[in-house]
Amino acid sequence: MANYSLKEMMNKPERLAPGHRMCAGCGATIGVRAVLRALHEGDQAVIGNATGCMEVSSFMYPYTAWEDSYIHNAFENAGATLSGVETAYRALKKRGKLPENVNYKFITFGGDGGTYDIGFQSLSGAMERGHDMVYVCYDNGAYMNTGIQRSSATPMYADTTTTPVGKQSNGKMQNRKDLASIIADHDVPYVAQTTFTNDFKDLHTKAEKAIYTEGACFLNIMTPCPRGWRYETSEIMKICKLAVETCYWPLYEVDHGKWTLSYEPKKKLPIEDFLKEQGRFKHLFKPGNEDLIAQFQAEVDRRWEDLQFKCSRS
Amino acid sequence: MARKDRMSGNEAVSYAIRQINPDVMPAFPITPSTEIPQMVSTYIANGEMDTEFIPVESEHSSMSATIGAQAAGARSLTATSSAGLALMWEELLLAASNRMPLALALVNRTLSGPININCDHSDGMGARDTGWIQIYSENNQEAYDNFVQAYPIAEHADVHLPIMICQDGFITSHAVENIELLEDDVVKDFVGEYEPEEYLLNPGKPIAVGPYSVTNYAMEAKKNQEIALENAKEVILEVAKKFEKISGRSYGLFEEYKTEDADYIMLIIGSAAGTAKQTVDDLREQGKKVGVIKLRVFRPFPAKELAEALKNCKAVAIMDRCESYNGNGGPLGSEVTAGLFRNKVMIEAVNYIYGLAGRDFTVEDAYEIFADLEDMVVNGKEVEQYQYIRLRK
Repeated sequence: MANYSLKEMMNKPERLAPGHRMCAGCGATIGVRAVLRALHEGDQAVIGNATGCMEVSSFMYPYTAWEDSYIHNAFENAGATLSGVETAYRALKKRGKLPENVNYKFITFGGDGGTYDIGFQSLSGAMERGHDMVYVCYDNGAYMNTGIQRSSATPMYADTTTTPVGKQSNGKMQNRKDLASIIADHDVPYVAQTTFTNDFKDLHTKAEKAIYTEGACFLNIMTPCPRGWRYETSEIMKICKLAVETCYWPLYEVDHGKWTLSYEPKKKLPIEDFLKEQGRFKHLFKPGNEDLIAQFQAEVDRRWEDLQFKCSRS
Repeated sequence: MARKDRMSGNEAVSYAIRQINPDVMPAFPITPSTEIPQMVSTYIANGEMDTEFIPVESEHSSMSATIGAQAAGARSLTATSSAGLALMWEELLLAASNRMPLALALVNRTLSGPININCDHSDGMGARDTGWIQIYSENNQEAYDNFVQAYPIAEHADVHLPIMICQDGFITSHAVENIELLEDDVVKDFVGEYEPEEYLLNPGKPIAVGPYSVTNYAMEAKKNQEIALENAKEVILEVAKKFEKISGRSYGLFEEYKTEDADYIMLIIGSAAGTAKQTVDDLREQGKKVGVIKLRVFRPFPAKELAEALKNCKAVAIMDRCESYNGNGGPLGSEVTAGLFRNKVMIEAVNYIYGLAGRDFTVEDAYEIFADLEDMVVNGKEVEQYQYIRLRK
């Protein structure tokens, strides 16, 4: 996409209308709007949604912010629910119950709780069966809707309400699950990891590819949450950039089995640069906790090297 | 012309599904309902129907996908038993509250534990308050007939609710009996095309399904759902009348067997009604005034109609193939006695628990129950009001 222009993109009609009740500075909303901008004008869509902030704030009876058809079913079954919708589309098309010229795309959004954890089985099933749909995880690394509880997407040492920092605790004890690579191992046609950088070009390109690649596709988008991560709402773009430049959140895609790095920092920044911007990691900067940061760095390095290896083999 | 054949209950329901040829069927295997998705898949593989089958990875997903497909505008269904229905529980509530007229073939099997694959009604009864229409079948013929009537009931404009057609695991689902089948075109014509008013795949007319609703709307939504379930009672009877015209077989909310002058009535659900009817035939030969009411429609619950049907007898044995762990009886026992009280029908009503996890229920058991009722009424014998049949001592 050589001629990508954010300004032009922003002139497209919004498919998530303003007036929803998401927080100011919320990454999830930015992510959803960016994905929907990748839909070609004229194409219809059915949007699925797992229970979470996005759902309860965008479709509060009797108002909806969604310009397209939309279905929320429950927390753990966004994958299965959209499987049903997509299959219905094929059934109705086959039986001539839909106009020939109508083209529907199927996109479902889930937070990391609804995707990495409770909805993992449903997602895995939908991916394995190969429904022609895109599952988009807006990953803000905790159960933000219920009040910042840890999920398997929460990074190590994060202070959450179920892994609170205290005299005997340095926050979450485990590393985060690497979901994008797990879904890539389902051998689906397209998997990508992205966030908000570079005028959203990376996100836009990957969303368009995911939507217009036939079969089950998966996008993992890091979408910071100012409440859970504890940063000034105006700092969201900086946080995203630091996540990428420190290689905490590498940008990559797996296209029909081929692993490709979308961006390689010229100079990988130390992880402290990412951590120190966020209140949830404040305790790591107390004297005596240097080894915790070193451990965090070691895990980032290990995963980055592993990713580089996977890309080099492809 | 109707066709005579021999089939199991699972074969009969699968045959009805083939004739209806719905748009989408997600399903997951579980004994004893597994044969239904197997048989449907085979029909599809052989080009005898063209439903889109989704081999999902759990029953929670089968009901989730069924809801998704139905919301999208497709006539959809699934099948399950026991733990499968239990795993769907959250989704059963969503199917009903989102007013999805989808169908479920339930092959009744006990709930764990201990794990056991045989029949009782604890799965269906466990889902009795999820907002579904529930119709129970005595045999393969009824399972077939009820399934053919399922969509016309569920999709009716006054109803718009999901429907569960139940048959007894193994006893009905696997036993082969004679059956009279309708012609394919007769069934297709009876069921008709599904024409939803609002659905996801309606180009230019998008809708949103599954809102968050705060207290200023949610209570009305629940009441409207309850009204729809009440409406279903009339619709079930209307559909039964139409069905009688194509089949010659008549159905109501329940079947009354030799109850007109009966002093003692056994109220029962499912395959054991056959045993009860045989007992009544035997006892009638001895001059006993006994009868059977076989409950077909458990949801909506015909409390008033049952009270009316029972008001002239002296005692009723309310037969539950399910324990409800409330310390006071089974689900049918609790609901019937409440219905009798509300309608001011003050007769003796004993609640018997029988046949749990596949335990046999025999004609001898039924003799004893009728003898108990008579002894209680005639001789004033004290009878435990809530008791188990054939329990090992």
